Amino acid sequence: MRSSHKPPPGVDAKLLVGDAAKLLPNPSRRLFLRGGASVGALAMLTGCDIADGLSAERALRKVSEFNDWVQARLFCPRRLAPTYPETAITRPFPFNAFYPEGAAPDIDEDRYRLIVDGLIQNKLPWNLDQLHALPQETQITRLICVEGWSAVGKWTGVPLKEFLKRIGADLTAKYVHFTCSEGYSSSIDMPAALHPQTQMTLKFDGEILPTKFGFPLRIRIPTKLGFKNPKHVIGLAVLNNYTGGYWEDRGYNWFSGL
Amino acid sequence: MSNVVETGAEAKAVVPAVVHPLYVRITHWVNAVAILIMVSSGWQIYNASPLYPFTFPSSVTLGGWLAGGLLWHFAAMWVLVVNGFVYLTVGLVSGRLRRRLLPIRPREVMRDFGAALTGRLRHADLTVYNAVQKVAYLGVLLATIAIVISGLALWKPVQLKELAALCGGYEGARHVHFFAMTVIVVFLVIHVVMALLVPRSLRAMIRGR
Repeated sequence: MRSSHKPPPGVDAKLLVGDAAKLLPNPSRRLFLRGGASVGALAMLTGCDIADGLSAERALRKVSEFNDWVQARLFCPRRLAPTYPETAITRPFPFNAFYPEGAAPDIDEDRYRLIVDGLIQNKLPWNLDQLHALPQETQITRLICVEGWSAVGKWTGVPLKEFLKRIGADLTAKYVHFTCSEGYSSSIDMPAALHPQTQMTLKFDGEILPTKFGFPLRIRIPTKLGFKNPKHVIGLAVLNNYTGGYWEDRGYNWFSGL
Repeated sequence: MSNVVETGAEAKAVVPAVVHPLYVRITHWVNAVAILIMVSSGWQIYNASPLYPFTFPSSVTLGGWLAGGLLWHFAAMWVLVVNGFVYLTVGLVSGRLRRRLLPIRPREVMRDFGAALTGRLRHADLTVYNAVQKVAYLGVLLATIAIVISGLALWKPVQLKELAALCGGYEGARHVHFFAMTVIVVFLVIHVVMALLVPRSLRAMIRGR
């Protein structure tokens, strides 16, 4: 396996099973693009040396970066994701992560702190009572997974934009990076962070966010694919440098806007 | 482009008429490669969350896993955008698309379809499409429009939510996208079989005549 396929620090490699197994590349295959009859057929058709998987992968990642650029330009900060009536909510709502459901992290709500860092004025950590005391909003929107499936859910929480203003974040910075207790991470562009539907979610379907959906804090972004909606968030940083993320480093398109 | 030769009756007697101008041949083969990438990587993406109770064997999928499939799919997409733009622009401006595909008369379709089924459909003059060909080529053009609209809807169901609504929402767009892919693949199979049955047509797509 490539070095980047190592689980991040703090994540038990044994947890990388189950649901994630179908997503992860075949470990016997060093390069994820190599192999497969159709690749051979392509090499014959094009005369390109596609067998050189490394350069093909590098080229494809360049195109993916170009697609980040295109998507940032397609993104309209005021355009809202469709919202749905209560009757449209998907029940039961599917669980999905890079670990099986039973391995979702247990977080002690009394000891929980959200660490805020980077280009912000007030770096005091936040406890759950403080977060719950902030003005909340509820949305019923569709979560769309990179795998293709989708589900409608009801999320309640603090608009991220309001929180960023409250901590004195530099709203002209490029990125907001999230770190999670189970070792997951993701980063988003500032326009997406400031979108009116981007939310620091504390409740799901009217109840305190259950463990499987990211207790105690999830970032809900209905204008991004599901993997850009990190669960069990313990850290938020406003940055100007690109930091990627757990799946992004493994090949998923970084912007992944909807 | 050699439209003069294509329509000139006298020239036809001397040298074989140009069946496909150069721009058609180039865009055709670029398209062929890009479509194979789109279909095989699309099947890879499909396998991550199958819409129907089957998956595609890994021997015919491209990319190794979901992320690889997505990278291929959203790269080949641009090849099709540029290629399709050139093909449609020259085809529409020159009038070739209209001349080749229209008019389609139901009676001729019935007649040629019957002839095709009984193996009596002639391809004597490759510069003129029979009615079955016209229907097939126009049909695959319509499927292409459907796959582009549903593909854009799946890629950008918020920014282009009107397109998604046109497909019956995000989930509807998945079905439309799959159905249009099926039409294109069925066309592709028949198209390749016919080209092999009438090798002159394959030669014409390479050398032009």
